[in-house]
Amino acid sequence: MAGLRANMELLRRLLVGFVRDEVRKVGISKVVLGLSGGIDSALVAFIAAEALGPENVHAICMPYSCSNPESEAHARLVATACGINFSVIQITPMVDAYFEMFPDADNMRRGNKMARERMTILFDHSALLRALVLGTSNKTELLLGYGTLYGDMASALNPIGDIYKSQVWQLSRAMGIPAEVIEKQPSADLWAGQTDEEELGFSYRQVDELLYRMVDQRLTKQELAAEGFEDEFIDSIYLKIQGSHFKRRLPVIAKVSNRTIDRDFRYARDWGK
Amino acid sequence: MDFTAVLAQIKPKLGCVADNLVIIEGQIAKARETGADLIVFPELALSGYFLKDLVPEVALRIDSPEIQRLAELSRGISIAIGFVEETDDYHFFNSAIYLEDGAISHLHRKVYLPTYGLFDEQRYLARGSAFRAFDTKFGRFGMLICEDMWHLSASYILAMDGATTLICLSSSPARGIDGDSLGSASSWQKLVSTTALFLNCRILYSNRVGFEDGVNFWGGSEYIAPSGESIVRGALFEEDFVTVEIDEGALRRERIFSPMMRDENLFVTMQELGRIAHERGR
Repeated sequence: MAGLRANMELLRRLLVGFVRDEVRKVGISKVVLGLSGGIDSALVAFIAAEALGPENVHAICMPYSCSNPESEAHARLVATACGINFSVIQITPMVDAYFEMFPDADNMRRGNKMARERMTILFDHSALLRALVLGTSNKTELLLGYGTLYGDMASALNPIGDIYKSQVWQLSRAMGIPAEVIEKQPSADLWAGQTDEEELGFSYRQVDELLYRMVDQRLTKQELAAEGFEDEFIDSIYLKIQGSHFKRRLPVIAKVSNRTIDRDFRYARDWGK
Repeated sequence: MDFTAVLAQIKPKLGCVADNLVIIEGQIAKARETGADLIVFPELALSGYFLKDLVPEVALRIDSPEIQRLAELSRGISIAIGFVEETDDYHFFNSAIYLEDGAISHLHRKVYLPTYGLFDEQRYLARGSAFRAFDTKFGRFGMLICEDMWHLSASYILAMDGATTLICLSSSPARGIDGDSLGSASSWQKLVSTTALFLNCRILYSNRVGFEDGVNFWGGSEYIAPSGESIVRGALFEEDFVTVEIDEGALRRERIFSPMMRDENLFVTMQELGRIAHERGR
């Protein structure tokens, strides 16, 4: 459908321009990002390299002991392909030290802890390198809440947060990201054999078609059903968006004064920039 | 008369009037050096666009030193520019002034403040209440600020008031990436071209560039001849300094070929609008 088939040249110019402008206007020339070996962070790395020059982009791969070794290999491949700085920091010692105190923790707790461990490393490198942290969450996962709050969702700037996974694939092809990274099954790689689509219970292509009509075009439920989407699918996605909305907002502040931050104290983040 | 205009496609800093004044003075100096007669800046060129609670902090009175400074500069070149205006009764308007020979020859206050989608102007700003044409050294002009132009009546009133040149100062955000060209750019291009065609007016469209909180302003400042033809268009996304040679003869010829404005029946229009207003009031 037209809405998901984006104009690659325009999209590329907008996203590259966004990184260049929003980074430099705060007096910084570098960025740091987590490179997982997956397509989203690969695309952000390519965008950042084009925007700021590869020498100003620092990618960190942060595997855990049970991460698929292919992920690190793919991360390295991407870093080499776009010429950016690359390092590997193992998170196993920190994560394992914590869960020795909670040996019964389930996969979700472990996965969230890993995502937040990586976040602390990226923000530490932000200070170390005087570099802004780039986010790598796409619009599909942001809307579905398929990410860890204050973990992989944390960043200073996110170039791909308004494009769906289907568009991430298109733009990745247009920007020359290595084919093996584009073609593999998306995975959070939190445990062996995990794939996003299996965990979510639908394919990204399916859900993007629905999200685009529901969110961007604001079709009613009846209109969505008339376009062939199953009622249960529509309802479950609506509930996912609603149920994860807290992840897309700042913490709620109890209002007592006349000017409460973000309610009646309102300034753009680029205030003075 | 023939004249040369510059569309100053700048990137203002959000909330930084002093810094923006430096950029603006630089553009004015450059335009004077090139021999231009008029320079047109974008909407809110002195302040940036997504101001929110910064509105009272960046607002300038008409008699402020900044506006007086620009008026002084207009002794060498006519200037159209957008800013937040503060009035004696402490209302804040999204305004544009036309400066000529050291004085303000016209002030327009944006009438249509968009408050939908990504826009929130009417929360922070007061609404203007008039569209008036005015005389300049280069003929009779009308000024519109961005959203004003999306209301057919605004351009129509200015044209009926005798304006043959419409200046539109804009801060238009980029959105829509599914077509051959940027969605908001192609909508604007259709709009200015069609408006020129309907009203046999020239249009000088000045749009800013840069990003504010992830929102891009796309530029593409443009001069449209009275035939509706795009004569010059500035760069997409990048700062630009668009020089426009305006030919008086083209306006005269177009108005001979297509005398729609001559034939426009103000009486019928007024009668029908009066009837509609009366019926709605009942």
